[in-house]
Amino acid sequence: MAELMYREALNQALSEEMERDANVFLIGEEVGRYQGAFKVSQGLLDKFGSARIIDAPISELGFTGLGVGAAMVGLRPVVEMMTWNFAILAMDQIVNNAAKLRHMSGGQLRCPIVFRGPGGAGGRLSSQHSQALESTYAHFPGLKVIAPATPADAKGMLKAAIRDDNPVVMFEGERLYALKGEVPEGEHVVPLGKADVKREGKDVTVITWSRMYYFCEEAAKQLEAEGISVEILDLRTLRPLDEEAILASVRKTNRAVIVEEGWPLAGVGAQVVDIIQSKAFDELDAPVLRVTGLDVNMSYAANLENAIQPDAPKIIAAVKKVLYREGA
Amino acid sequence: MASAYSKDLLLTMYRKMYLMRRFEERTQQQYGLGKIAGFCHLYIGQEAVAAGVNEAIRPDDYMLSGYRDHAQPLARGSHAGMIMAELFGRTGGYSKGKGGSMHVFDIEHHFYGGYGIVGGQIPLAAGMAFASRYRNEDRITVCYFGDAAANQGAFHETFNMAAKWKLPVLYICENNRYGMGTAIARVSAEPEIHKRGAAYNMRHEAVDGMDALKVYDAVKDAAAYIRAGKGPVLMEANTYRFRGHSVVDPANYRSKQEVEDERKNDPIPRLMAYAIKQKLAKEADFEAIEAEVKEQVDEAVKFADESPEPHLDELWRDTIVEEGEEDVRPRERVLGVKVDKWPSYPSGKDLKVTWDLEPREQAEKADKAAGLK
Repeated sequence: MAELMYREALNQALSEEMERDANVFLIGEEVGRYQGAFKVSQGLLDKFGSARIIDAPISELGFTGLGVGAAMVGLRPVVEMMTWNFAILAMDQIVNNAAKLRHMSGGQLRCPIVFRGPGGAGGRLSSQHSQALESTYAHFPGLKVIAPATPADAKGMLKAAIRDDNPVVMFEGERLYALKGEVPEGEHVVPLGKADVKREGKDVTVITWSRMYYFCEEAAKQLEAEGISVEILDLRTLRPLDEEAILASVRKTNRAVIVEEGWPLAGVGAQVVDIIQSKAFDELDAPVLRVTGLDVNMSYAANLENAIQPDAPKIIAAVKKVLYREGA
Repeated sequence: MASAYSKDLLLTMYRKMYLMRRFEERTQQQYGLGKIAGFCHLYIGQEAVAAGVNEAIRPDDYMLSGYRDHAQPLARGSHAGMIMAELFGRTGGYSKGKGGSMHVFDIEHHFYGGYGIVGGQIPLAAGMAFASRYRNEDRITVCYFGDAAANQGAFHETFNMAAKWKLPVLYICENNRYGMGTAIARVSAEPEIHKRGAAYNMRHEAVDGMDALKVYDAVKDAAAYIRAGKGPVLMEANTYRFRGHSVVDPANYRSKQEVEDERKNDPIPRLMAYAIKQKLAKEADFEAIEAEVKEQVDEAVKFADESPEPHLDELWRDTIVEEGEEDVRPRERVLGVKVDKWPSYPSGKDLKVTWDLEPREQAEKADKAAGLK
């Protein structure tokens, strides 16, 4: 298997799907001649031409809505958001149109479109360029929301998203683009809606997704040295949530910690807690804990920025707390 | 001088305008009876626009609209009973009662919906036109919107792209002079909305939207221009709604005199007077049409009344497409009519993606070579 960067894996998925199906096209800011703001679309303009790799003006609402309209009549657009921060301007088209078209038309229409781009905090970018927004989109029926952590999942899930007949919102890790991992060649499709046990363990389940997975892995390694066995469940898809996988893991370990980059209020993690407490309460040996970003706007100052985000020490502390090993 | 229009065209337009008018008068009545709820925006007064547009384009051209969307699909040939059932929130509606007044969709007749967010449909229309060009189809997209939508960002963002990429789309601004209760001139630096097309190098024009024939002529010409690949057109149809913004709006923000003056300009008697003057039709022709339409509208109300409320299981359908799920064909579902015109889209293999989005100079060069400019 080839070792690819996360961005290369995405590029491969796009390229393969565009070769497979001429209905697929890519539109977004700087996706063509500039080769992609984060180089996800590198080389695609040469390969597919400007008829299918389309440089859009900086008009997020406009080109997002244009993509939705094209999907309504059978094309399969991939709309690249330079970052999800800018997509807030396009939210009306994603939420009020793409997510609702099938319902409002009574099942006459489908909207096979992917909205994708980098999400997540960090990089000293302050408040407007540094936020994890996935729970916002997970709120809306009619959308699927995905956030792969590894290059292999990034490729497989983007391929599945492009083939899906529903609007899919894909959060890529802005800070993961250069991360390397083994990626299967060719037809590698990861079904949407399926979580993945990334690390087997027996004492506690840590539930997470996207970049936070790596902090969880770091914490799990340190905890292993202390004799604590951590299972890591990577949700991968945030809508629909894989309830079965969540409950199976919690029933095995009887304890859970949820690690979420975004803000705590109305976060995806809150819904996961609800699933666990309402369906597996009797099997819990401790209250479920959450490690989330702090409930504040992101700061530029390095120390403040670090303090706001979850990290391995915070996860370790939460795991010890649910194991009643605080200060042990 | 003989009229440039056929008797058939005039009577068809008259029939459609009369249907729109009677249908919506009954709609208001049914609202009063509590059978229709929610927001319900009537088109009364604006019928000349939908009638003129529809006869000037092809039945397979795409169309979409804003929330004042009962009349335009009627002009396209949608089933009046199914629209009324949608307003009633019944199974027999085009969207099984899930969309209501602001979301009439009849894909079989290429009517891609009414939308409740002002201006939100403008980018969608560009996307549908984009798809036509992507596939080398000569089909155009017609997008209705109101005057107030011209002050939305969606308007400006989309016009820039549509003009730059020469998308085959006809934007019809139905300027009825009020965005809800605010006169458009009070909130617009340029109240003549068509002029804004100039900012995007886009063909733009105004037309008397109270005259179905003038709309028809203007749209015929614009549609030919668009189909020839010359780019989008912004057409401002100056019209007037005789009623309030929605059925519950008494419209106190305009004077009785103003409404009375505009009513003298009613497009329906105006078309009839023209036809009679041109000796293309007799009063008896119109009387026959009116009697038929009245019956059609009675039937529509009866159809809606008799249609059951949706089953609660419907709550869980039509949000996410399940694998292998077939799309709903409303007329088949409701009327048992075999629908063979259901749109099917070319598979990836059939596409001939040849268009280019290169700088305008190149596009203009190509236009000159093709004798388009």
